[in-house]
Amino acid sequence: MIAVKQRVAALQVQLPVNRSVLFLVLLMMGFCAATVMSLGMGGVEISVGDVFVHLAHRIGITEVGIDAFDARILDSLRLPRILRAIIIGGGLGLAGAVMQSLFRNPIADPGIIGVSASAAFGAVSMIVAGHLILGSYYAAFGPYGVPIAAFGGAVLATVVISILSRQDGRTDAAIMLLIGVAINAIAFAGVGVFTYMADDAELRNLTFWQMGALSGNGPTDMPALIVMALGIAYLIRLGTPLNLFLLGEAEARHLGVEVEHLKRRATVITALVVGAAVAVSGIIGFVGLVAPHLVRLATGPDNRYVLPASAMGGAIILTAADAVARIIVLPAELPIGLVTGIVGGPFFLGLLIVEKKRRRL
Amino acid sequence: MTLMAYKAEFKARGRYLLRDVSIAVEPGEVLAILGPNGAGKSTLLKVLAGELSPSGGTVFQNGRALSSISALDLAQERAVMPQAASMTFPFTVFDVVALGRAPYRKVSTRQFDQKQVRRAIELADITHLANRAYPALSGGEKQRVHLARALVQLWGMTDASQSGTESNGSDEQPSVARFLLLDEPTAGLDVSHQHAVLALARQEAKERGVGVLMILHDFNQVLTYADRVAILSSGEVVEQGSVSDVLTPDLLSSVFKSPIRAINDPAGGIVLVSQSA
Repeated sequence: MIAVKQRVAALQVQLPVNRSVLFLVLLMMGFCAATVMSLGMGGVEISVGDVFVHLAHRIGITEVGIDAFDARILDSLRLPRILRAIIIGGGLGLAGAVMQSLFRNPIADPGIIGVSASAAFGAVSMIVAGHLILGSYYAAFGPYGVPIAAFGGAVLATVVISILSRQDGRTDAAIMLLIGVAINAIAFAGVGVFTYMADDAELRNLTFWQMGALSGNGPTDMPALIVMALGIAYLIRLGTPLNLFLLGEAEARHLGVEVEHLKRRATVITALVVGAAVAVSGIIGFVGLVAPHLVRLATGPDNRYVLPASAMGGAIILTAADAVARIIVLPAELPIGLVTGIVGGPFFLGLLIVEKKRRRL
Repeated sequence: MTLMAYKAEFKARGRYLLRDVSIAVEPGEVLAILGPNGAGKSTLLKVLAGELSPSGGTVFQNGRALSSISALDLAQERAVMPQAASMTFPFTVFDVVALGRAPYRKVSTRQFDQKQVRRAIELADITHLANRAYPALSGGEKQRVHLARALVQLWGMTDASQSGTESNGSDEQPSVARFLLLDEPTAGLDVSHQHAVLALARQEAKERGVGVLMILHDFNQVLTYADRVAILSSGEVVEQGSVSDVLTPDLLSSVFKSPIRAINDPAGGIVLVSQSA
């Protein structure tokens, strides 16, 4: 054991790599492992070896593939689904980390402060009342109207929160949470009204969607997924400016950050990512909260590492949660929002107790 | 090459917080701002730092209007030590100081940054705190962390471990002057650290040609550490000039509405004391 520690220490001296970078590499490996394992799990068990053979075949490394039935399950069911899990999980984890820095508060999360619910309200209103709003254009634009409406709801909620929770230039955590309670109440009431108005087919659509589902809506998801991927690519590079932001807005400006510019961009793009995530998969809670908190335990608060690690952590969490959702009540599947809620809620309570002992909150 | 407010005014809710303030900080000098509470001292500092834009008049830094300079360029020419900065995330002291290097992240190297940070931590006397979490520090310790952060920002790409304005020993002036703005740098500090902070600021001015502006409350600290002083009252400059000319008991008594006397210090010079009658 000691010998190993010495080796690691020696390695760290030789290479200009710090603990956080090492953690990012570990996380990347965990991410790959979770993806491969999740691909093998479900109603039809596919061995890890077969998954590798199939992936290698698809890339063109090997000539022979696997059993055609298994291959079709992987190609048309699990791969798209896991791709959604990765992008949505990564997007939510990253959005949570960015919001926590923007509000300079460790308990911000798109679900808790009502951004997700507000996006859901936007999407539901488009599903139920879309043909009234868009009229004759509904046939052509309807499917794309849902993500746009979800984005609109997310932006609205974010703007309301950032305006109302500011007092003398800083964000008050208690007020922010209370505004979140209010927005959640309003948005869920709105969703309830539409649920009441909806017909049977729409209703089944809506309920699944409030609990979150990764089954997707086919090719109409593509624009939302692309938007999320672009949003992730932008947000993940904001590490240093967001670190400066944690010092305070005035201080960030003294250190060369165009504060208003950064705030506006980061807020809009975070809302875009959350809105797109909700449009594809419904409300999936706690990922945006748990992922950044978990990675901070390992990397510390430095956003240059927290942001990419939160994205990867969120992707791992959602991929794993999806695997659980698929196998726990075979042959049916559990809505994924329930899984993240059941696992994430108590987990977060535990985290709060630890944080409370450290008096960090 | 100065930091200068020209006829600056700042209005908030119909009330003038600053009115017709013209003031200039020259490179290599320490300018103190003195005045009663609510006189507009912090507002003036924020206007000079570009944090607030004046509702009238202009601020120039190195000959350019402040409003036309990008935040990054501004950050490379002046550093600000704020009165209180809150941070709930548990960054270590070393990391908070290292944030001061952010304006130079495109041009600097990791090794050079760390060297500057270690030097600043040493000067601010927080070496023993370097690995502690910032939120757990006392108010005075936090102040010193922010001083160190302002120092590494101010030093820019000149090596702090070498004294003199330029590392190569030539006496050519840098093309732009740098400025350090301190908002009550001594608040919350014990006596020895108060003197350490003020001595550091003065040293930056004298050895590196930095223009230093600081808000102070102690007349005797102004006498000891400042070259010039401006007295602010109700948003206007009452008087400015060299320390010995301006700091007269009569003027101070009327501005601060409290009797202030000058007594001869046996060790040389004078001491200003305030005593209620």
